[in-house]
Amino acid sequence: MLIRKPSDLAPSEITSKSVYLRRRAFLGQAVALGLVAPLLPASARSAEARKLSGRKSPFSTSEKLTPYKDVTTYNNFYEFGTGKDEPAVYAPKMKTRPWTVVVDGEVRHKGEFGIEDLLKLAPMEDRIYRHRCVEAWSMVIPWVGYPLSALIKRVEPTGRAKYVAFTTRLDRETMVGTRLPLLEWPYVEGLRLDEAMHPLALLTFGLYGEVLPNQNGAPVRIVVPWKYGFKSAKSIVRITFTEQQPKTAWNEAAPNEYGFYSNVNPHVDHPRWSQARERRIGEDGFFTPKRKTLMFNGYAEQVAGLYAGMDLRKFF
Amino acid sequence: MWHPRQRQLLAIKAALFALCLAPFAHLVWGVAYDALGANPVEAVTHSTGWWTLFLLCATLAVTPLRRATGANWLQKLRRMLGLYAFFYATLHFITYVWLDQWFDLSAIAKDVLKRPYITIGFTAFLLLMPLAATSTNAMQRRLGRNWQRVHRFIYLIGVFGVLHFWWLVKRDITEPAIFALVLAGLLGVRLFWSLQRRARVTRPAVATSSG
Repeated sequence: MLIRKPSDLAPSEITSKSVYLRRRAFLGQAVALGLVAPLLPASARSAEARKLSGRKSPFSTSEKLTPYKDVTTYNNFYEFGTGKDEPAVYAPKMKTRPWTVVVDGEVRHKGEFGIEDLLKLAPMEDRIYRHRCVEAWSMVIPWVGYPLSALIKRVEPTGRAKYVAFTTRLDRETMVGTRLPLLEWPYVEGLRLDEAMHPLALLTFGLYGEVLPNQNGAPVRIVVPWKYGFKSAKSIVRITFTEQQPKTAWNEAAPNEYGFYSNVNPHVDHPRWSQARERRIGEDGFFTPKRKTLMFNGYAEQVAGLYAGMDLRKFF
Repeated sequence: MWHPRQRQLLAIKAALFALCLAPFAHLVWGVAYDALGANPVEAVTHSTGWWTLFLLCATLAVTPLRRATGANWLQKLRRMLGLYAFFYATLHFITYVWLDQWFDLSAIAKDVLKRPYITIGFTAFLLLMPLAATSTNAMQRRLGRNWQRVHRFIYLIGVFGVLHFWWLVKRDITEPAIFALVLAGLLGVRLFWSLQRRARVTRPAVATSSG
């Protein structure tokens, strides 16, 4: 009987070369599926499990990134309170697993997507976008995600679908801000179908090479960089395709201040403040004048065509 | 009722002076050490505005507190509180003109004319100026009875200040509502006194006419 010593055993006999060469991807998938996590020490587990990145994108801006700390501690996420620092305090308590996104309305393939399925639906991309809040401040954020159009194509909207509505989770336990009737809960935002299909509209799962922190909309949100920030719904649990323009949270709350379109537009002021300029968080110092806001947040070349012939003062 | 001696009053005044300066010191420290969060200009704007309203309410609280407790010496702290309200209002205004608008006069003029919350805030600040200017003992003597008439503008300034706050918040009116309640209480008690005074004046008159 031949008993092989370990040295006789070629590594390739245990692990094929192709698998060996793909070990990082394999580990990444295993991590995503939660297979490896229980085997790792807690610190490594959280660090490994949080990693998420993709290939580079030509849509990325080369502007200076807003520091991670500012991106994750200065947030508007009213479900977790109206203070900018409150989401970072309260949102971590929200559970993001298990998580499903219901797709319904005018689509051929209605159904539920587990977050694990959504993560694998299309290849991830790193996209560095400008982010302009309706409150006249802005950031530059390296998001991780893939075009929203990939999901939309998968579920095949019917001919009647003209709009898409995104519903944010309503978890009364952890979402302390929902105890006040500030907005209609759950938060709903919406896009015209052609806007949602635009290659810049990103179904987003991460930022700074990590999965989204809860306060930034974990585990899945949209990012629509040519619109004011509130249009980019966070922590999405439902995507509904409709024939009629959906009723959206801020538009319902104050229709004269927050239009359905809410494209970034320096020429159309908010009734209570100017939109001509913005403060770049983390970069513009205390004694720096605000910078000029760009039409469609600097994405006019890509998206202006969506609004050809429309009066943007009327459809603000 | 306890009354401070001259030196004790001086000590109380010094302590109050330092206390009222603390928010400003905190802001200076925060700017120097970049400890005011992601948007320091916004933090300074909100903080100076908040303390202006707080100190306006504190100024208006002196008389009711004095009358309720009989501690007449409290009256001697009122001017400092009022001047500190003006100090924070001035910082608030400078923050807006300088750090927010960067001396863009046409943008500022547009804001003041077009946006009601800025119109009313700016008006409140303008009304506060003559009060600060006439706060000295000499001016008080010179104006005589008119001094009180001028300084009653603080009621209107308080109302304008709270409206300024109320109209600018996006959705959450909790804080401006609290200020509104406090101010309503402070003005309400004065209204009550004035009605009481009128009743005291008219009652004997009624008695004479009937008798």
